[in-house]
Amino acid sequence: MSFHRITIRINGNLEQVDVPGNLTLLQMLRDKLGLTGTKNGCASGECGACTVILNGDAVNSCMVVAAECDGAEITTIEGLASSGDLDMVQKMILEEGGVQCGFCTPGILMSARALLNRNPHPTEFDIRDAISGNLCRCTGYNRIVTAISRAAEAESAAVK
Amino acid sequence: MNNAHPGLPDFVEYVKPASLEEASKFLVAHAGESRPFLGATDCIVRMRDGIWKTKYLVDVKGLDGTNQITFDPAVGLTIGAAVPMNKVAAHPAVIKHYPLLAEACHWVASYQLRSRATIVGNICNASPAGDTIGASMLLEGVLRVFGPDGYRDEPLNGFFKGPGRTNLKPGDIAVSVSFPLPPQGNSGRYIKLGRNKLGDLAIVGVTAFGYPDSSAASGYRFRIALASVAPIPLRVPKAEELLASKPIDEAVLAEAAQLAYESCTPIDDVRGSARYRKQMVRNLTRNALVDIWSKIRKDA
Repeated sequence: MSFHRITIRINGNLEQVDVPGNLTLLQMLRDKLGLTGTKNGCASGECGACTVILNGDAVNSCMVVAAECDGAEITTIEGLASSGDLDMVQKMILEEGGVQCGFCTPGILMSARALLNRNPHPTEFDIRDAISGNLCRCTGYNRIVTAISRAAEAESAAVK
Repeated sequence: MNNAHPGLPDFVEYVKPASLEEASKFLVAHAGESRPFLGATDCIVRMRDGIWKTKYLVDVKGLDGTNQITFDPAVGLTIGAAVPMNKVAAHPAVIKHYPLLAEACHWVASYQLRSRATIVGNICNASPAGDTIGASMLLEGVLRVFGPDGYRDEPLNGFFKGPGRTNLKPGDIAVSVSFPLPPQGNSGRYIKLGRNKLGDLAIVGVTAFGYPDSSAASGYRFRIALASVAPIPLRVPKAEELLASKPIDEAVLAEAAQLAYESCTPIDDVRGSARYRKQMVRNLTRNALVDIWSKIRKDA
């Protein structure tokens, strides 16, 4: 087994990591970097619990090979509130009660953050499309959709 | 599924060649145990589950021409092999001139998967259920392939040989897929029937495309491709010929849908029975044709 030395910017910090070719990004985040906020659900690209932002796009980290991430910029759930203040999508999910067991929540927050970064004024369709790959089996989606919509409004109001 | 700790088998190696030549030579030298690697949305699952015994994942993303999407009104559209579906669907030229392609991309899995999944990967994996293959065939897509003997073009009509089998040989790397400018006044539809609204594989997928053409006896030409109802993505030439020769009305559109029903050979599986699939091919083909006809007919 050969190792690849990769340099990544993770949640704003530069890191060098030695990864074997068979390691997924999800495994690297959880097992090598200790970033266990990113959850391992299905490991098949179906459930979205492992969603992170890779070079600006929401991706399933279980479907990415770590070695191919050399030079990449990655944001995980730990990077959303790195300043100590919750991100707007986190605040609104809390206010709306969009969390029950919480296992899907980090993935949903990363999908929502990536959506608002690329589209600050999403329609309800855009929101539902953005979280179409995030399965929640207890809260249901209405409160989550409302929370993301309110986060978009609050961020737009703050910009004005 | 036995995957308490999910991941690829220990023997899997990641290879990042510096050029297409290097990648092709490596793939030839390790034929049978290596494969070109794009979005990985199919191969990670299949390798982890032991369906594919691939040892070497040869990353061809970023190699010559694989990352670009270009549009020239005189020539058409070229989509690099590594361009993810979300980027294709959001591209202004695709939205304006190839909306059928954007619609097909939109039906693939979920947003996150489409951040990685590619049209060229979808084509090369040659699943009969591939959502973007029908649109790619009907828009006259041509695959640009770099192989041991250099570049060659592979038109998609005739490219598929069976489930997962294509004209590609060891050492071949699909670099891009190109589409000519579609005919004036065209309209297309992709209707996908899944077990749920988003994310599932197609039980049946119907892609149809139509445009006015004065050289056809009917004044119009239609193209039809069916997914998940045969070993390969299926064109329906008999229905296409009928619609070019007979004056179009609802009865003729229904007749064409019946020909689609008769031409497909689906199987029973967990997503649906063969009988159900055939009937849905007829209904969805008719719906797609009626919808397209309402948009392209000149006397409307």
